[in-house]
Amino acid sequence: MTKIEAIIQTSKLDAVKNALHEIGVEGMTVLEVRGHGRQKGHTEVYRGREYTVDLIPKIKIEMVLADNMVEQATNAVITAAQTGKIGDGKIFLSRVDEAIRIRNVERGDNAL
Amino acid sequence: MERIRIDRFILLSFVILIFASTLSAQTPATADTTARIAALEQQAADAKSSADNAWMLTSSALVLMMTGPGLALFYGGLVRKKNVLATMMQSFALMALISVVWALFGYSLAFGSGPSFIGNLNNLFLRGVGVQPDPAYSATIPHQTFMVYQLMFAIITPALITGAFAERMKFSAMVLFMILWSVLVYDPMAHMVWGKNGLLNAALGGRFPTLDFAGGTVVHVTSGVSALVCALYLGKRLGYPREAMPPHSVVLSVIGACLLWVGWFGFNAGSALGSGGLATSAFVATHFATAAAVIGWLVAEWLRSGKPTTLGGISGAVAGLVAITPASGFVGPMAALVIGLAAGVFCYIMVAMVKARFGYDDSLDAFGVHGAGGTLGALLTGLFASSSINPIFKDAQGKALPSGVFEGNGHQILNQIVGVLIAWALAIIGTVIILKIVDLTIGLRVPADHEVQGLDLSQHGEEGYYWEVSA
Repeated sequence: MTKIEAIIQTSKLDAVKNALHEIGVEGMTVLEVRGHGRQKGHTEVYRGREYTVDLIPKIKIEMVLADNMVEQATNAVITAAQTGKIGDGKIFLSRVDEAIRIRNVERGDNAL
Repeated sequence: MERIRIDRFILLSFVILIFASTLSAQTPATADTTARIAALEQQAADAKSSADNAWMLTSSALVLMMTGPGLALFYGGLVRKKNVLATMMQSFALMALISVVWALFGYSLAFGSGPSFIGNLNNLFLRGVGVQPDPAYSATIPHQTFMVYQLMFAIITPALITGAFAERMKFSAMVLFMILWSVLVYDPMAHMVWGKNGLLNAALGGRFPTLDFAGGTVVHVTSGVSALVCALYLGKRLGYPREAMPPHSVVLSVIGACLLWVGWFGFNAGSALGSGGLATSAFVATHFATAAAVIGWLVAEWLRSGKPTTLGGISGAVAGLVAITPASGFVGPMAALVIGLAAGVFCYIMVAMVKARFGYDDSLDAFGVHGAGGTLGALLTGLFASSSINPIFKDAQGKALPSGVFEGNGHQILNQIVGVLIAWALAIIGTVIILKIVDLTIGLRVPADHEVQGLDLSQHGEEGYYWEVSA
């Protein structure tokens, strides 16, 4: 099992979600987060005072998939979220040891 | 034939009857007529009183609305999320606190006859303040209406100061500070400008007649200058100016500013103390000055930093309202446009450039808007005041004399300067003394960890926004 954490532009959430549904991904967790990578923030001016806002709102999608789905899912995220500009986000993959469905204590891929 | 004759007879008798009745009405003559004229005059006076009183009670309510929710929202939106309630609470608490002080002795100290600097104790506990008018102040409305209208001014003035020490002053210190400030600074200033025997009273023959229609010096110069003193004495907020402290909700501030704009019609047009033409004139001047000030501020910041902001627009509105306050009952619409435009640009420069240059932390710009705008407005009133709008100065025969500099009364600018200087001096000296007293007794600032935590939790034990975890 692999966990996919995709940090994307807030405006791309719908497109990414639809793309994942189309290839059959059934569950995901979505978080509103703030952060920055190479894309620095923007400036805001209040009564002549400038503030640099360097933590920008982003969306983080987390999902744990069976290994045979991972390649397809990452491609779906990339296709849907890519604009080619700085700030498109990143995808992190990591191994997951176990998954358990609370309702009936199924384990492994069956629990996903 | 017979029919016609009867008709004629009836008609004739009617004519005779009417003629006789007018004769009989005229004969019992003069005593009765004078009594009826007197009764009619009384009815006319009562009708005027009712009309004036209706507008003055409405105005009183409008001015209270300026403090809460107007100013509470305006200031509340400008602070960080963790201080929103504490900031709104300062305005709201003053609505209660100053009301009680006013009833017990504040009104008497401000508007009792007294010497030229302060009132007396004759109206302690509102003794002698009933529904009979006090002709020296306003002959057509109950004395109580005048008293409660003035109370609303006494509430908003200290509430304006809270913008300077926002996010760092103890609530208990604020309470003590405001009671003392109301007595030592507001009451004497109100007495000097509007009270009987007042040193600066233009309507009742003061020594230096300062034109201040609705409180440019009494309300805005005193509160704005005291705010600057507070900001300097308390010092900066932790992290200022290194840390970003943007307003947590400009949305709340927009609502607050719009309520201030509306409420200000009660503040300025109500200061006519009646519902006649002068009230209309002040209403119109107020509105146009505000509109021009919004444009002035927006254009200034658009040119300097590239974008017109919502916060800039509403700040400009308040600056314009402040500056037109002393002038509102003395100038026409065109002068109002000039005063407003000047105030919008001037206050923007004070807030965006002068404050940054000197580095003081007037958190919500109480000085930059009220102190600076009030001073500018008071001086411009001396230039633009017109006797055709309000013939306040009269010669022995009751003929109107010129009011402002542009009308040929060059001397008036000096009176305005005297009024402004007295307001500045009283505000500085009074506020320093009061801050010292409060500092030595209960202390002014919250401890650093409380400031970091936010005043909502540390001072009041509650939060403005409680997000429950739910779908």
